[in-house]
Amino acid sequence: MIIAIVCIAGIGLVAAVALALADRYLAVKEDPRIGMVTAVLPGANCGGCGFAGCDAYARALVAGTAPNGACAAGGDACAAEVAKILGVAATATEKRVALVKCCGTRSEAIRVGDYNGICDCATAAMTAGGDKGCKFGCLGYGACANVCPKNAITIHDGLAKVDKRLCIGCGKCVKACPKNLIELVPASATIHVLCNNPVRGPEVRKVCGVGCMGCHLCEKNSGGKEAGHFTFQGFLAKVNYENPPTDATIVSKCPAKCMIEDPHFETGH
Amino acid sequence: MKTVKSPFKFKGGVHPDYNKELARDMPIERLPLPGELVISMSQHLGAPAKCIVKAGDEVKRGQVIGEKNGFISVLVRASADGKVKAVEKRLGPAGSSADAVILETVPPEDNNPAPILPPLDWKTATREELLKRVEEAGICGMGGAGFPTSVKLNPPPGKRCEYLVLNGAECEPYLTADFRVMLERADRIRVGVEIMRKILGMCAVRIAIEDNKPEAITAMEKAFADIEGNVEIVRLPVLYPQGSEKHQIYATVGRIVPEPPALPIDVGCVVENVGTVAAIADAVEKGEPLLERVTTVSGDAVATPKNILAPSGTKYSDLVAFCGGEKEHPAKIISGGTMMGFAVSSLDIATTKTTSGLLLLSSRKVFQYGSQACINCGRCLRACPMNLNPAEISKAVEADDIKTAENAHVMTCIECGACSFGCPAYRTITQFCRRAKASIRARMAAERAAAAAAKAAEDAKKEAK
Repeated sequence: MIIAIVCIAGIGLVAAVALALADRYLAVKEDPRIGMVTAVLPGANCGGCGFAGCDAYARALVAGTAPNGACAAGGDACAAEVAKILGVAATATEKRVALVKCCGTRSEAIRVGDYNGICDCATAAMTAGGDKGCKFGCLGYGACANVCPKNAITIHDGLAKVDKRLCIGCGKCVKACPKNLIELVPASATIHVLCNNPVRGPEVRKVCGVGCMGCHLCEKNSGGKEAGHFTFQGFLAKVNYENPPTDATIVSKCPAKCMIEDPHFETGH
Repeated sequence: MKTVKSPFKFKGGVHPDYNKELARDMPIERLPLPGELVISMSQHLGAPAKCIVKAGDEVKRGQVIGEKNGFISVLVRASADGKVKAVEKRLGPAGSSADAVILETVPPEDNNPAPILPPLDWKTATREELLKRVEEAGICGMGGAGFPTSVKLNPPPGKRCEYLVLNGAECEPYLTADFRVMLERADRIRVGVEIMRKILGMCAVRIAIEDNKPEAITAMEKAFADIEGNVEIVRLPVLYPQGSEKHQIYATVGRIVPEPPALPIDVGCVVENVGTVAAIADAVEKGEPLLERVTTVSGDAVATPKNILAPSGTKYSDLVAFCGGEKEHPAKIISGGTMMGFAVSSLDIATTKTTSGLLLLSSRKVFQYGSQACINCGRCLRACPMNLNPAEISKAVEADDIKTAENAHVMTCIECGACSFGCPAYRTITQFCRRAKASIRARMAAERAAAAAAKAAEDAKKEAK
């Protein structure tokens, strides 16, 4: 009995001394700020900052190789916290959110075939360019929704919609979309052109009831070319998000009905 | 020359309904020159050609309008006289967009125009001259993938062609274009074979024809009756995918082509479609580049199925109109055969050098299904001619597990469709394989790009030092 107690106590003592010594001499020196920064980051591990998760970004921040403010999910509040810990000024960032630049629902944009293969946008696009008449529009098979870490994207009536309140701007959906029609836009912008088809008006009209025809009316109504609220790619109007339009009346004047003024992008048409 | 039965039989394969009787007795008819041609710069797998004309240019029949752009590439020539209306992106049969020349044609002034390239006498011409001619004529494989023929006919040093296999199997349902070429242009095929033997060296020739085309076998026997050397006509049993390059090599000479990137030349074989061989004969003897091809327009929704000789770039709508239009509204339009062809959504697509068929099928022939869960019956394993496990691959891809699919050798899949054909759960197994292959290829391309960028950065660093 006594022998057992002594043995166990002795082993415990030796182990404790060994552990204490190991802690003293074999410790891996880590900057304590890494842990502190990791704690204030959102922990979503979305990869939107360009690093493999929040921990990798925190290490890069402490090492001084990453700009403070790259975390889209945390936003300004998070950048300010990080600035407090590290003493580096936060570069001003604006929260960016994903925008699906298409509003061709099943009732508006014609479907030229019945696709009944794998429910995946890239695979559908491989089959005769997809079943949508418009070869630039959203196919609605949810490649973006499948990669969204926040379930901010849902498919309504053959069209992906982003909930601005949930979106953290990580940009995963931008990479997943085979039609390249998702863009990260400033969350403060409320007026958008929901079309991605740069071809001529009559061609667009053949395949979609709500496609941009490049009539420049939005530009004219918002103060003309000098105001610089819109840029044009072929026959497609694009909002200049450096200098977004603010007058919401231009939305209802769009003859193609492809503009929206919506704080959440949810309702659409 | 003798006719033999196929000495080897590959594992797997399926027996779809062939439906060849629709067009098999229709002689090849020439399509009157359409008013507009859409000539794609992407005529085959590999790099698309570089367009060298612009809107407003006048072009002559046979003029080069697209230059070779890389090693696995063929040049593109205008298939008629005319004026370039525009150069723009157009959807191709395979579902991808590529630059295309929209040509407004004008009827030829002269009914007997001078040859586009100077005719050569193959008996006196050198090997280099002949090879250069095949390249100049823009000839690529007319069976399906469209591999540049000049690359195939010029084996890398150290590799020798022992067997030239002529692919006349035409195992795809509905298609009869190769069959008609074998019947009507047997003498051209014979000349083509002699030219190819001159280029490749005196190799043995195997002409592979499926059993269900006895007329073609007779025609070939007649044309090749007095040919010298080791020439055999091999009668293949009717089995899909008998026309696949790898399976044809096994069925005729018993050799197995290893996994990609190995090519048939690695086992001493060159496989050419019979149509390509006839095109080689025309290119050399008549100086006529590959500007037109025979396309089968068939299916139960076409008024009169036909085998049409049409210039490359003919719109599908022109082909269908030549066949008397649609008998009824087609439920499915397929560019190519039913097994490996591509479903297309409109007739506003133009033919390329590889378009062997256009099928319009009514709703009675098209089965609308939804993919269901795998029931582990193993029919796809028995059907797969490449000895793969399609069930495992399809389940892995469905779960987005591309790595498992890659370990199951999905890259060897030839996308023949035998697995999907027999699946009682209507699973789109071939599409799963295609999806896995596309993502693996994209990943490999990204890795190559990253490696190249890293190397460039290292070189720049070295230079800075």
